[in-house]
Amino acid sequence: MKFAVVVFPGSNCDRDMYYAVKDALGEEADLVWYKEADLSNYDSILLPGGFSYGDYLRSGAIASTSDIIEQIREAAEAGKPILGVCNGFQVLLEMGLLPGAMLPNKHLKFMCHYETLIVENAETLFTNQYDEKERISIPIAHGDGNYYCDEQTYQTLKENNQIAFTYEKNPNGSVGDIAGITNETGNVLGMMPHPERAVESLLGNEDGLRLFQSILTHWRNRHAINA
Amino acid sequence: MRKVKIYITLKEGVLDPQGKAVQNSLHSLEYKNVNEVRVGKYMEVMLEDTENLEEQIDKMCDQLLANPVIEDYTYTIEEVV
Repeated sequence: MKFAVVVFPGSNCDRDMYYAVKDALGEEADLVWYKEADLSNYDSILLPGGFSYGDYLRSGAIASTSDIIEQIREAAEAGKPILGVCNGFQVLLEMGLLPGAMLPNKHLKFMCHYETLIVENAETLFTNQYDEKERISIPIAHGDGNYYCDEQTYQTLKENNQIAFTYEKNPNGSVGDIAGITNETGNVLGMMPHPERAVESLLGNEDGLRLFQSILTHWRNRHAINA
Repeated sequence: MRKVKIYITLKEGVLDPQGKAVQNSLHSLEYKNVNEVRVGKYMEVMLEDTENLEEQIDKMCDQLLANPVIEDYTYTIEEVV
């Protein structure tokens, strides 16, 4: 399986993501510069954390107007798995692939520590290697991670099982303790916590690895069916 | 040439953590009568006049300058001599 890690000016978790796929998962991965990227030959697209364009205006806003966004949109429509972590999640929100928006953390502090997440939906292509309601430990590192959506959108997210992860103890004020959501078709996931930073015991935790294994499992199953 | 003054504010009902922090500081300065503070953004955009200027500004705000999920905007247009 071939993964593209899209690098924007200001991305700084791109290598963590690349390492997670290449070394921990053992699959092919390329770091692709947003201006020159051709995403058509990749099976999955990963939008890493960081501060794209310095987060000027709003987190992820400027990146969401760049040329590569059209390719990401096309890949999403084609059903390819697209994972946005932290700033990548913010980009997915700003480009409208996922509903809602990010506000500054409730207590305004940048937070960088482990959080316990609850797997709310273990049937997505990103979570099939977890158990429903399983508690996993994944690090967060963000200042604007306070997920906001209106009541109607929240109800829709719940009804469609689009809430993939919630926080056990909400650190940032997010609506409904939301830590990660998918789009309606389930092939786009945005999450604030960093699974790519928890992929082997040497890093202190490997709870994040199964997220990448889930993508791979889904892809292999689909391939086997098609073959 | 026109000068467009754009005011972007958080929608009513959206929690404003910055506003809350500023409000707390005003309280600690003994301004006890401050009930609420909302922090917004102010932008000045200089642009050549065109036929559908307002339409263009609305589009700019919806596409990029404001996030319609959490923010409202208003603006005024001034002539620059």
